[in-house]
Amino acid sequence: MIEIIDLKKHFGPKHILRGVNLKIEEGKTLAVIGGSGTGKSTLIKCIIRLLEPDGGKILFNNKDITHIKKQMELAKLRRSFGYLFQEGALFDSLSVGENVVFGLKYLTDTPKSEYARIAKEKLALVGLKGIEHLRPSELSGGMKKRVSLARVLATEPKVILYDEPTSGLDPIMSEIINELIIDLKNKLGVTSVVITHDMKSAFEISDNMAMLYEGKV
Amino acid sequence: MFKALGRLLIKFFTQLGQASSMVSSCVFWLFKSPLEFSQTMQQTTKIGVESLVVATLTSLFTGMVLALQAGTTMRNILSEPLYIGTLVGFSLVRELGPVLTAFVVAGRAGAAVTAEIGTMQVTEQIDALHTLGTDPIRYLVIPRIIAFMIAIPVLTLCANFSGMFGGFLVSVNSLGVASNVYISDITTYIGVDDLMHGFIKSCFFAFMIGVVCCYKGLWTRGGAEGVGKSTTQAVVTSMVLILVMDYFLTAILNSIGL
Repeated sequence: MIEIIDLKKHFGPKHILRGVNLKIEEGKTLAVIGGSGTGKSTLIKCIIRLLEPDGGKILFNNKDITHIKKQMELAKLRRSFGYLFQEGALFDSLSVGENVVFGLKYLTDTPKSEYARIAKEKLALVGLKGIEHLRPSELSGGMKKRVSLARVLATEPKVILYDEPTSGLDPIMSEIINELIIDLKNKLGVTSVVITHDMKSAFEISDNMAMLYEGKV
Repeated sequence: MFKALGRLLIKFFTQLGQASSMVSSCVFWLFKSPLEFSQTMQQTTKIGVESLVVATLTSLFTGMVLALQAGTTMRNILSEPLYIGTLVGFSLVRELGPVLTAFVVAGRAGAAVTAEIGTMQVTEQIDALHTLGTDPIRYLVIPRIIAFMIAIPVLTLCANFSGMFGGFLVSVNSLGVASNVYISDITTYIGVDDLMHGFIKSCFFAFMIGVVCCYKGLWTRGGAEGVGKSTTQAVVTSMVLILVMDYFLTAILNSIGL
């Protein structure tokens, strides 16, 4: 489904990715592990094109997406992807419900009348009920991550990229998030790439594992 | 020394290039997608309402002090406080109204815009916008620039009236000018072209404040410290550019007879 060939990325003189080669199969979960600063987040940001690679190729369903520049094409590509940010990245100015359905307006043709139902449904899927009206500032760290996951799920992506989904969470909340990731794969057949430091979590959720070391797998 | 100067120049032109690229993206999205109407209205209300009291108060006291100074000077030279309304009106409508209002809005709402967008940048909310299929230029920048361009000219108009009212209070109560004389000094000598002069200036100031504050917010790096730095830079840059633009706009508008 996703093939990464000789991917390179540097920030100024600092070379982060020095030729990464990786294959991510459809419906499988790949855990990417490695020390801090080895380029794990950079790798998934390159996949979803939040960062532009300096060299190499990224193929998605055999289509080269490495150098897409046009805004419309990028938006089209991102319809297939969901990204769970490390700190949730919920929009402070919107309520939880508005956060969950945010992507529907831009990524799908879902009618507005459906938004409330979808918000409720996706929040229930991540184990949160009746919090649509709350603001992100009123949520705990674990709740923020789950709302963020509900926001990802609302647009029904084919691939979900998780950036350290369990970091900063207590063991119980980490377990809940791990179970959610496994459920999503089993029930919805979602392909996942999980960046993590947590080895226990990596073994529990992944089908394959890749270790980044000195900019290579 | 040459190295430092070179670095400064490179930084200046890089920022100029980035800001120009942001403006060209604004033009692209304005034609490519519908305007975020609710965001624009929300921002206009926020910027306008939040700055209204400060802008009118600033102008009120400026009008009062202008009347006092002009009245005292006229009394010393001509033994009578003549043309106070004209002096206060001209100064406010053509110059002080647009400039002071732009200053107030840059300090009040401009700083808030930079801090908000900057915080969104450092907490990955801007990246989240990208992943959710919208561009921050479309969702955040365009509504705010339009909001500034609606709010500032309206606030300038309010500030002009407030300043002239301040001048009226001082002229009538302290300088002994008859109220009808003060009003006729204004209505006789200040025309539509003077109002247009101030209005055009305020539109340019509004566009510049919007671009500078959004740009500084979007290019914030380095956590909470970065947000503080960007906010300060946005306000200082806006204020300096208001004064620079004011000179050139005055020269251009005067040369075309406005």
